[in-house]
Amino acid sequence: MLAATAFAWPAAAQTLSVGVSAPVTSVDPHYHTLTPNEQLDSHIYERLVETDPKARPVPGLAESWKLIDDHTWEFKLRDTKFHDGSPFTAEDVAYTIARVPTVVNSPGSFSVYTKSIVAAEIVDAHTIRLRTAGVYPLLPIDLSQVFIISHKLGPNPATEEFNTGKNAIGTGPYRFVSYQSGDRVELERNEAYWGRKPAWQHINWRMIPNDGARTAALLSGDVGLIDQVPTADLARLRTDAKVKLWETVSLRLIFLTLDQSRDGPTPYVTGPHGEVLAKNPLKDRRVREALSIAINRPAIVDRVMENAAIASGQFLPPGSYSYVPDLNPPKYDPVRAKALLTEAGYPDGLTITLHSSNDRYLNDAKIVQTVGQMWSRIGIKASVEATPWTTFVGHANKQDYSIYELGWGISTGEASNPLRSLVSTFDAAKGRGAVNRGRYSNPKLDGMIDQALTIADDSQREQALIAAQRVVFDDVALIPLHIQKNNWASRSGVIYVPRADEETHAFDLRPAN
Amino acid sequence: MALWLIRRLVQAGFVMLAMSLIVFIGLHMIGNPIDILISPEADQAERARAIAALGFDKPLWQQYAYFLQGALHGDLGRSFVFNEPALRLILQRMPATLELAVTAVLMSVLVGLPLGLFAGLYPHSFAGRTVMAGSILGFSLPGFWVGLMLIMVFAVGLGWLPSSGRGTTAELFGVQWSFLTKDGLRHLIMPALNLSLFNISLVLRLARAGVRETMPLDYIRFARAKGLSPQRVVFVHVLRNILIPVVTVVGLELGSTIAFSVVTESVFAWPGMGKLIIDSINVLDRPVIVAYLMIIVALFVTINLVVDLLYTALDPRVRLGGRA
Repeated sequence: MLAATAFAWPAAAQTLSVGVSAPVTSVDPHYHTLTPNEQLDSHIYERLVETDPKARPVPGLAESWKLIDDHTWEFKLRDTKFHDGSPFTAEDVAYTIARVPTVVNSPGSFSVYTKSIVAAEIVDAHTIRLRTAGVYPLLPIDLSQVFIISHKLGPNPATEEFNTGKNAIGTGPYRFVSYQSGDRVELERNEAYWGRKPAWQHINWRMIPNDGARTAALLSGDVGLIDQVPTADLARLRTDAKVKLWETVSLRLIFLTLDQSRDGPTPYVTGPHGEVLAKNPLKDRRVREALSIAINRPAIVDRVMENAAIASGQFLPPGSYSYVPDLNPPKYDPVRAKALLTEAGYPDGLTITLHSSNDRYLNDAKIVQTVGQMWSRIGIKASVEATPWTTFVGHANKQDYSIYELGWGISTGEASNPLRSLVSTFDAAKGRGAVNRGRYSNPKLDGMIDQALTIADDSQREQALIAAQRVVFDDVALIPLHIQKNNWASRSGVIYVPRADEETHAFDLRPAN
Repeated sequence: MALWLIRRLVQAGFVMLAMSLIVFIGLHMIGNPIDILISPEADQAERARAIAALGFDKPLWQQYAYFLQGALHGDLGRSFVFNEPALRLILQRMPATLELAVTAVLMSVLVGLPLGLFAGLYPHSFAGRTVMAGSILGFSLPGFWVGLMLIMVFAVGLGWLPSSGRGTTAELFGVQWSFLTKDGLRHLIMPALNLSLFNISLVLRLARAGVRETMPLDYIRFARAKGLSPQRVVFVHVLRNILIPVVTVVGLELGSTIAFSVVTESVFAWPGMGKLIIDSINVLDRPVIVAYLMIIVALFVTINLVVDLLYTALDPRVRLGGRA
């Protein structure tokens, strides 16, 4: 084992350098809901509920939790200490929940995960009860996003003081040492950690956004682990004995959104010769299904994605809670697609401009180009416009496009999240359908989702969520394409646990024996 | 002289004002930072809160007025992404870029000038021709490709140099520098070389052309006829005369090397300002973009001033002021 370690990290075997693709923007765990920050935070801080590599909830700072009545969750807390030696108690939980919505200038607040809590009641030092306005079975899942900080930081701890290290005190497996914006974060092992002791004493968390530079840093041995391995390098790295690839299916669905906000003509779907149509064809279920089954998903996964994805006909990958067992990816059937278009009154096809970003999701522009070509086989004249995400997302949010590619990472690992966000009727007052950009609306589905969210029993709720998803995909509310895989590459001689939620955890890397 | 200086400074002020206005309007047209920054999980209420928190609920002219008001007090706003003052963020990253750019420019003079002199003095020799041919490569090869090749050869293949980052740094005047430690120097070599390749070729060609032009002139012949040693002729009489274009170009190139080191910085994961500005543009982090561009304008103005002053030192015929 020593030999293997020495080979992999000749400089200092007790230091692990990790090359991550996205820069850490803040060490304040409540400043911005951003995976690159959260994955670093999970080294320093911990959450009441943690999630395992498959995104299922497991005990974290809470040893157990249960519903004691319809509105009240009780959490039993672990007996552990913060990095400064002070004990972790229920007071810290109450303090954290109160602090989350007060962070100044937050561009993406964690209050979306705490807003259901109306009161926190400290029962004793290691028991806390959290009350919600209605029945809310998802509270433990929501809290698996919220890092606990010490109440000793006092009122209104400043975000900047986390970056200097003054406030960066958690209970996690590593202590914060230093942060250099855009360059690196240094961490040191917390020897008093309650859980499994991490293998490396020092972590040098380096931000290397350039794909080529990150791969080169791994190949040259400067870093021991990298995330987001570029698909172009996958084939080469698979055959290199010095490195090892770690892959798992993620929770990020890539799909096509269909404009259903207009009854009249939609701007980028026109008749076979570019003439404006009287009504929006995308409101017709037959057209939506024709477009879906005219896509050869396995071909996209194989050729465009280099197998760094799995074809999908629903939100979640197999094995997840509320996965619909017999809902397979729609079968590629151009003949039936053509027949459906004819039946819907478009025997000569349509003219469609597809939109996508070109810098956001893995191969995003290539995917829509491929889809466009596949659609041309059923008589659709398709063209593609791919723009940078910065301009794309603004238009997408204003319903400027007709058919466009988006991705959705399901942070909770279960179906209520995409059901509420992507396909519920857009309703600002109820906070529903916030990213339902196509404005699909189905009152029957809304009722089913609302109903499912009131069921406290996990297995009954799962059945209700599955039933709601069947409605979504039977009605082709959107066109699912594939679910991405997450990949990491390490030097050989180590074992890494790849995670579905895209987080990179240095403490999940261990010597091979 | 004083009048000349004041005029230059007022000009610079107007350039900055115009630039900030263009950036405000330009970014406003590209998109809304909230669309990019906000958590995808956020509901409509949270979105409205974030828009108000960052001031996007106000009309653009009002946002610009707030910015100007702050700028007059030396506050260029807080980064939307980092929640730190934009100016501080940039100044934190500046030493890394300065160190890289100055090293690169030094290298271009130290390598380019002697080679150029040589190629100018012996234009028909084999070595002189080789140097000139090599300089064409320096001009024409794209920087990011050369950078990746350097990494492939020296870091991945031979393992002599580290592939990226700044390495160990040491503190001087309260700032972290790489060139003060051995490990830091090892990290500095490849990115500096990568950044200087173009400038080496440029200086080399300028120097060569200068030498070729100067050598047949009467005063050089006269100096020779006077019996001065060839060393003195080359290093005093020739060199001093070819330095004027070299100083101009090196000065301007220092500015653009600092401003456009972004390719080298991203290939070598060098944590400088260039990387910061690219990241900021990707998320439309307006305060950082505006502050960065203002600093760059200030930098160019300063460099041009210094270059003008250097001229007067090098060539007594040059006078500053309005008369010429």
